[in-house]
Amino acid sequence: MRLHLLALLAKEPAHGYELKQALEQTFGSAYPSPNIGQIYVTLGRLEKDGLVRAVDVEQSNRPNKKVYYLTAKGREVLEIWVDEPTEGPRVRDEFFMKLVLAPLTGIADRMALINRQRRHYLSLMSDLNELLSRTPPTDRVAMLLIEGAMLHLQADLDWLERCQEDLA
Amino acid sequence: MNAVAKTVNLVKIYQDGAVPVPAVRGVDLQVEPGEFVAVMGPSGSGKSTLVHMLGGLDTRTSGEIWLDGKRVDTLSESAWALLRRKKIGFVFQFFNLVANMTVGDNVELPALLSGASPKVARRRRESLLAALNLTDRADAAPAQLSGGEQQRVALARALANEPALLLADEPTGNLDSRNTRDVLRLLGDVHKDGQTIVMVTHDARVASLADRVVSLFDGEIVDDGRIVRRRTGTAGEVIDLR
Repeated sequence: MRLHLLALLAKEPAHGYELKQALEQTFGSAYPSPNIGQIYVTLGRLEKDGLVRAVDVEQSNRPNKKVYYLTAKGREVLEIWVDEPTEGPRVRDEFFMKLVLAPLTGIADRMALINRQRRHYLSLMSDLNELLSRTPPTDRVAMLLIEGAMLHLQADLDWLERCQEDLA
Repeated sequence: MNAVAKTVNLVKIYQDGAVPVPAVRGVDLQVEPGEFVAVMGPSGSGKSTLVHMLGGLDTRTSGEIWLDGKRVDTLSESAWALLRRKKIGFVFQFFNLVANMTVGDNVELPALLSGASPKVARRRRESLLAALNLTDRADAAPAQLSGGEQQRVALARALANEPALLLADEPTGNLDSRNTRDVLRLLGDVHKDGQTIVMVTHDARVASLADRVVSLFDGEIVDDGRIVRRRTGTAGEVIDLR
């Protein structure tokens, strides 16, 4: 979450709760709602590493709030993150390890493993379908996130089929 | 109530060259009224052959096929044709619309062939075209329509005779994701209204709409079960696929 917060702070200084709201507004209903405690812990670490700095802002009738802003070092780290290619999805899939290794022990039959996994993927897909139907079409970021998850899942299912053809 | 479709030890062996090729090897399948069954499996697993046999588009080598409590694998080709007009709707990957008929007539024809009066057939045509947002395309030729529109017409046509059983073979196989969404919504709607559907598909999105998934491998059913809808509390859990 470190770099996500840096990116938001590059836009404008903000306090912890504003960052939580900004994440929620940007990613919409599809994204896990960020934990406020985790945001404060992360901000503390970023401050310790010199990537952000905080100023106390006085509030009437309330305790001071800490407003964070990006340092030059923080901007540099953010720029490196943006410029780098991002790691692709994992290929050493946990299920694949199970599929290859479990039958060697005699614990499980490959066809049974594949069938169970297929049902699991399809039930995830059915959840995503449901989620998509509940997402307002105007919430484009959320829609794209869900479609991305669906495409990954379709690829996993296609791969499962290939495993079935060659291993079962 | 009778099963809408049932097969008993159904076998199909293609005998093209010298070597017989088994495509379906002893399938027992029962589809209850109102069920939506997705048939999945690698290519060559016998999915299409199975569904074609259910619709009488391919003959069986041995075993039994029952539709609505009536044995049909022993029917003559002409008796099959009659039965198909009355009881079965078919959607294929490549829409197979009649090119020199208008969109509206493509939809109306099956209703007429199934014995509906011209008045009823016309009403059915109009309600289906409206439901599929195709009313203003009724007088167009199929070739003037996009792929997604053509597939919607094909679906309307398949439903025109109010079939007891809707069979579909990769109905979204040729569509982009937006058109897939339209066809999905339609299938979901007609299923909600009680339409029995058996559909071959590779598309997990489509399959996850079904109540039940039958997996074929090497011509045999290797898995047959319901799709569990988990309805997780938060959306985040669903997205976080890792």
